[in-house]
Amino acid sequence: MNKSVIFGALTIAGLAAGAAAAGTLDDVKARGKLNCGVTTGLAGFAAPDATGEWKGIDAAFCRAVAAAVLGDATAVEFVPTTGKTRFTALASGEIDVLARNTTWTLSRDVDLKFDFLGVNYYDGQGFMVPKALGVSSAKDLDGATVCVQTGTTTELNLADFFRANNISYEPVPIETNAEGAQQYLAGACDSYTTDASGLASTRATFENPGDHTLLPEIISKEPLGPLVRHGDNEWGDVVRWTLNALISAEELGVTSANVGEMSTGSTNPEIKRLLGTEGTLGEMLGLDADWAKRAIATQGNYGEIFARNIGEDTPVGLARGLNAQWTDGGLLYSPPFR
Amino acid sequence: MSTTTDPQGGTFRLSMLMNDSRYRSLTLQAIAAILLAISIGYIISNLLANLAEQDLNISFGFLATPAGYDINQTLIEYTSQSSNTRAAFVGIINTLLVAILACITATVLGVIAGVLRLSNNWLVRKLMSFYVEIFRNIPVLIWIIIIFTIVTAVMPSAKSYLGEDPERGMLGGIIAFTNRGVYVPAPFFTNGFGGEEGSIANWLLVIVVLFGSLFATRAMTARANKIQEDTGIRPGTLWTNLAIWLVPVAVVLFILGLSWDFPDPLANRFNLRGGLQIGAPLIALWLALSVYTGAFIAENVRAGIQAVSKGQTEAASALGLRPRRTMSLVILPQALRVIIPPLISQYLNITKNSSLAIAVGYADITATLGGITLNQTGRAIECVLLLMLFYLTISLLISAVMNVYNSSMKLKER
Ligand SMILES: N[C@@H](CCC(=O)N[C@@H](CS)C(=O)NCC(=O)O)C(=O)O
Repeated sequence: MNKSVIFGALTIAGLAAGAAAAGTLDDVKARGKLNCGVTTGLAGFAAPDATGEWKGIDAAFCRAVAAAVLGDATAVEFVPTTGKTRFTALASGEIDVLARNTTWTLSRDVDLKFDFLGVNYYDGQGFMVPKALGVSSAKDLDGATVCVQTGTTTELNLADFFRANNISYEPVPIETNAEGAQQYLAGACDSYTTDASGLASTRATFENPGDHTLLPEIISKEPLGPLVRHGDNEWGDVVRWTLNALISAEELGVTSANVGEMSTGSTNPEIKRLLGTEGTLGEMLGLDADWAKRAIATQGNYGEIFARNIGEDTPVGLARGLNAQWTDGGLLYSPPFR
Repeated sequence: MSTTTDPQGGTFRLSMLMNDSRYRSLTLQAIAAILLAISIGYIISNLLANLAEQDLNISFGFLATPAGYDINQTLIEYTSQSSNTRAAFVGIINTLLVAILACITATVLGVIAGVLRLSNNWLVRKLMSFYVEIFRNIPVLIWIIIIFTIVTAVMPSAKSYLGEDPERGMLGGIIAFTNRGVYVPAPFFTNGFGGEEGSIANWLLVIVVLFGSLFATRAMTARANKIQEDTGIRPGTLWTNLAIWLVPVAVVLFILGLSWDFPDPLANRFNLRGGLQIGAPLIALWLALSVYTGAFIAENVRAGIQAVSKGQTEAASALGLRPRRTMSLVILPQALRVIIPPLISQYLNITKNSSLAIAVGYADITATLGGITLNQTGRAIECVLLLMLFYLTISLLISAVMNVYNSSMKLKER
């Protein structure tokens, strides 16, 4: 009996030792697979489609990283995480990168010891209500019951908003977006609150999306972006510049369709550096010269990914708004490839 | 082990630690203990090293910072600006509330079902076995979810009670069953301590008075017993006891100015306002824990009753006791000795199973300290340690109290 206790203890200790942080880039290359943390299912951001394949802008970002690092956009292990489990999953090394509608905040960056690598969607928190309720402003929600995902910034903003406006509400804490939608439709809450993009995406999956409306108030800034563990700067650089490559590609007019001819035919020196026909940017990152070319060729540039998954021609139907290139009046602005 | 071959006396040699049966078991235990200590030390140092490597540390400073989130069922004053410690206390109180409620109802259900399982009526007997088997053999988490789904799906929406001309009237004009919970009139005191706000002191006073009645009735019973021993005639205690229970409480409630706050369908456009709201998560959790654990308790009760030999019943009826008195004076006191020890573990189970509250969004300690606080602060190790400490303390307390009760019920050997 005593013996088995000791062996058990040793095994646990051994496992704990294995999780120690090290060069994630080398780990991923050695493993031949990228472990990417995503949502449990949010249409347009990351959700498995009918064939079980993960689709959405976060899923596409995971694939772009895998294409850049491993040369294979399908070498991704998608790990669904809830608002509550995501940070533990990343800190423990279960996932290499988290791309899950996660808001860049100071405490997450500094106190939780993560590094945010940019923003792939500028968002803000909104409220959805049934049209039949006849509510036209979030300030009319005094006394309402509100569904909110726990472990999120959403839950904190919600408390702040109602307190600042001196009105009351009753929170119904939920774990996943699917549960939130179900509770909201069942009438367990009067309003569902989360990032406005998430509301649009959730509403798109309803049987009668027209019966529900998003209130005009956006009560917070929610810059959503990918993050990695703090302290592994080489790996952080690779993920950050993969995101920048997708954004720059749109700005420079490089698409999945023309990336091949651009890499040989373009005379623009920045395009040449981005696609690896000139300079040694890939080598500096510890990758080969074609890293960005592969990411763009398989997933498309930022604009293509956006249009395919959440753009105005999709059921989610989001306008580019803040997420347009800086040249079009948006906030997307990649540092130069030089 | 043979003692005959052991050398008697003589000098101590090191090899005797292994070869001498007097020392061998001690040696082995010492080795095992050292190995265990080394492994635990290794795990802890490993944990600390890994934390240091990730630049993390162990610190309880977060307990004093504002929690930042709201909680839907708070029995003590709490806002999102309260500290994480206070949020933890809200959770502790909610855990204790559901645990106590469930222990009471599970015991009542269990005793009834356990006794009825031995009934002479075939239908009743079979019904009770059905209850026991179905609830005992399906995990309690599933029951919690099933009951929550039923409560939320079957009950009408809160909205149907609202407005000047509601779709649905309240039961007796004062009780509303909605899919968000049950609203009942809330008692409050107009002349009590703490003025308008009311104060816990009022209820403490009522409880103190009830305890006074309890002791007074006990004294009355003791007196009746004595008179019976001395004279053989037992004075009737029913009416005096009833009066001792009711009159003082009634007087105190009257002086405090007991009054009722009814749920108001007009005050808000989303929910009923006022009254006492018993939330759907609490109802689901309470019911599920009660019926689930009640099934186990029923089995304990049945086993306890069956453990009392049939001769006892026969002897009792030979002495002329009626079946009812046989049960309460002869069988149950003996059966309790068998019933109480497993009952302790059922109470412990209820308390620990209440941590499944999270499945229905009930704000117990696992949901506040071990859920939202843990997540928002990222202090996983600290929060889990505190949680473990809480459950351990509560479990040990329950065991201690029940063990005291158990020893008072034990067979007294003279
Ligand atoms: N941006 C907020 C909220 C993120 C969040 O939980 N979003 C929801 C809805 S937009 C989600 O992704 N749910 C998917 C899931 O439940 O897995 C945060 O980082 O805390």
